Amino acid sequence: MLRILLVEDSPSMRRFARTALEDLKKQLGELEIVEATSGFDALRWLPRGRYDLVVTDINMPDVNGLELVRFIRQSPVHRSVPIVLISTQSSERDRERGLGLGANAYLVKPFAAEDLQRTAVQQIGNASS
Amino acid sequence: MVESGDKVREDFFSEAQEIVETLSRNLLKLDDAHRTKRSDPGLVNEAFRAVHTLKGLSSLFGAQTMGNVAHHLEDILDDLRLGRVPLDDRVVDVLFRAVEVFNELLASEKSASPPPSQAVEALLARIRQIGAPEGPVAATGPIEYDLDVGMLAVLTEYEEHRLRTNIEQGNRLYRLRVRFDLVTIDKALEEIKESAKKFGEIITYLPTGDAGSADTIELDLLMASMADVPTLNRELGAENVIVEEIPRIGGAAIKAETAEAAERIVNAEVLEQGMSLVPNAQRELVSGRDKDTVSLRSVSQTVRVDIRRLDHLMNIVGELAIVRGTLAKVSERVRGEGQRSLAMELQRLHRTFERRLAEMQAGILEVRMVPLGQVFERLARVVRQISREVHKEIRLVITGSETEIDKLIVEELSDPLMHMIRNAIDHGIEVADKRAQVGKPPIGTIALNAFQKGNHVMLEVEDDGRGIDETAVLDRAIRLGKVSPEEARELTRLEVLSLIFLPGVSTRDSVDDLGGRGVGMDVVKNNISKLGGVIDVHSETGIGTKIAITLPITLAIVSALLMRASDQTFALPLSSVSEAIPFDGSVVRNIDGHSVMSLRGTTLPICRLDEMFGLERTTGIPRRQFAVVASLGARRLGLVVDQLVGEQDIVIKPLGRSLRDVRGFAGATELGDERVGLVLDAAAIIEEVLAGTESALRGARLGYG
Repeated sequence: MLRILLVEDSPSMRRFARTALEDLKKQLGELEIVEATSGFDALRWLPRGRYDLVVTDINMPDVNGLELVRFIRQSPVHRSVPIVLISTQSSERDRERGLGLGANAYLVKPFAAEDLQRTAVQQIGNASS
Repeated sequence: MVESGDKVREDFFSEAQEIVETLSRNLLKLDDAHRTKRSDPGLVNEAFRAVHTLKGLSSLFGAQTMGNVAHHLEDILDDLRLGRVPLDDRVVDVLFRAVEVFNELLASEKSASPPPSQAVEALLARIRQIGAPEGPVAATGPIEYDLDVGMLAVLTEYEEHRLRTNIEQGNRLYRLRVRFDLVTIDKALEEIKESAKKFGEIITYLPTGDAGSADTIELDLLMASMADVPTLNRELGAENVIVEEIPRIGGAAIKAETAEAAERIVNAEVLEQGMSLVPNAQRELVSGRDKDTVSLRSVSQTVRVDIRRLDHLMNIVGELAIVRGTLAKVSERVRGEGQRSLAMELQRLHRTFERRLAEMQAGILEVRMVPLGQVFERLARVVRQISREVHKEIRLVITGSETEIDKLIVEELSDPLMHMIRNAIDHGIEVADKRAQVGKPPIGTIALNAFQKGNHVMLEVEDDGRGIDETAVLDRAIRLGKVSPEEARELTRLEVLSLIFLPGVSTRDSVDDLGGRGVGMDVVKNNISKLGGVIDVHSETGIGTKIAITLPITLAIVSALLMRASDQTFALPLSSVSEAIPFDGSVVRNIDGHSVMSLRGTTLPICRLDEMFGLERTTGIPRRQFAVVASLGARRLGLVVDQLVGEQDIVIKPLGRSLRDVRGFAGATELGDERVGLVLDAAAIIEEVLAGTESALRGARLGYG
């Protein structure tokens, strides 16, 4: 079963992304989406298992998305999990930093559900090939 | 596809409503802060984040007008939080107006009534009036603090801006290393945030990646504060919170903090006395709470001084030394002219001046000194961390934490020592089973010793591990072409051990060993050489390894050998001189265009200083010259000079701009008789000369050791 960690502090945005990702079941089979409501929350979820994809917002208070990327890339367990960043138009610098730190792809808000789905499938596929 | 169901839309509205309410509360506080001329960057950032989220949500759920307003507002708030536009009445008014418009928009969306177009247009017009920022663009210069590169890389634009702003405001930077239980992390963080707020700003939270266990997490909090270490330790320090100041690069805060120093000494004593009782490295070596007991009293009596100011003072001392020399000459002349009583008075003055000057020099030097305990504390943490990583139990025994050394040297010591300790744990200490097999106690011991010896500080890292496998080192050196099998046969034990300081030859001695983690010993050696230090290794198979470092006590004054070559005086720091021998030209041989001579059975590359620097000779080459053997680790070079003048303590001054890039000189120094001498940079010269020579010498035997 595929496991996706979704890190997003806005509940609506999280729900939106979750719905979009859940739709992938048809395509990818059983999948579990773990929702983290902040960077810290993600830190809590990360040690509790293995993930096939991490989707994270960059702009979060305290532990931001970039810090999460770094943390994940340093972790022996999660080092190679694909990471998709969610950023806004204005934060080009942060987006670039994220990719530099080892994130695999990014989506600029607002994005369509299909964009997220396509990117997710692509990244999970890349990682497993 | 997203369900366009009512539930999703409802969620959107309730979250949007919540965001607008938060924004509204935020603005009230912001307005209050603005009117009372306080600045609260946190509030602006929160407002920005709220609008930012609102924008994202609106576009996602098709609320275009709201998205558009949020978008423009976000730009203003972004400029505000990044300091590009100042917070003024006009901006505050627009923000309040925006909250009203958001509320109207939400109401109209909910009731599916037409949007308040007029209000929106009016607001957008006012936003446009505020216009583009005129303020300074974001600074991009280097951040002159010893910040972990990893930490800098993960700062968002806003966090970086806050960091720069805090630095500009003269705040000090701290790293709070905290460890929290994952279950209670939210509460614990709220608590530390709350207490930190009173003393400054937490800029970011960075998980260190050292989980320790599955239930805890370690974070580095980057904090800016006006408060000093003892205060923060008292207020924030705890068993799971370690406060550490992040030093400035180049101009570090220095010892003047006697309280801190005293506290370190006390800690060191506690450590030393308690060492044999410490069960294992897991034990907290220095707990944050203990630290402040000593330091409470004298906090206000200390000052922090930029070390460059002390360099400046030291330069003045150097100049005064010249005045002293002149004074001596004047008093000589006066005596020569027969004015005895005046001469005696001058003589007395000269002696007093000399004595006071020496005291002043010693005083300035003393202020630069900090106890090595500073680095040792950090190392104790590293040992704990690594030993856990590699599942080896290790006891760290520290002696001589109170030994003092130049602040600048301390700064540079931490990396090399860390690598040495890492090596000792990875490659030296055996796993418990193996230790048991050879009858060693299951817990490995690493000793970190420091003591003063004259003008030098000795540092030793000693482990009771398996020792360095000489055969493996030799094999590796041969494989890498560092030595030929023929020369390998002739090397002494010590020479073989010294091979670990060559690039690529590590202390790793078996393939199953954890390798590739530490930096090679060659890097360690280079770092130590840069500080004017030397490094030696001793190792006994099965018993352990000891690496000893000898460092000058200060970088401000060095003992140097003065020598002359064609009427020029040069100074070579004694730390890089191994010996000086009589030299006559007839002993020189030539290998592939490089000059060498024999020295006790080894081949010594030589270089004539006058030729090297293209000095013109007014007289011929003297019949009897000297070769000063300069050494940089295993590499040696004979510098041929005309005359040895003697030893002298010198203050090295930087060269002027035009000469700064000339390789081979560490600086210039005044020699006390109004003459200036150039200080040779042994490392650079050896590198330069040997770069060509070493390949030529392959085949001939190179003198290691």
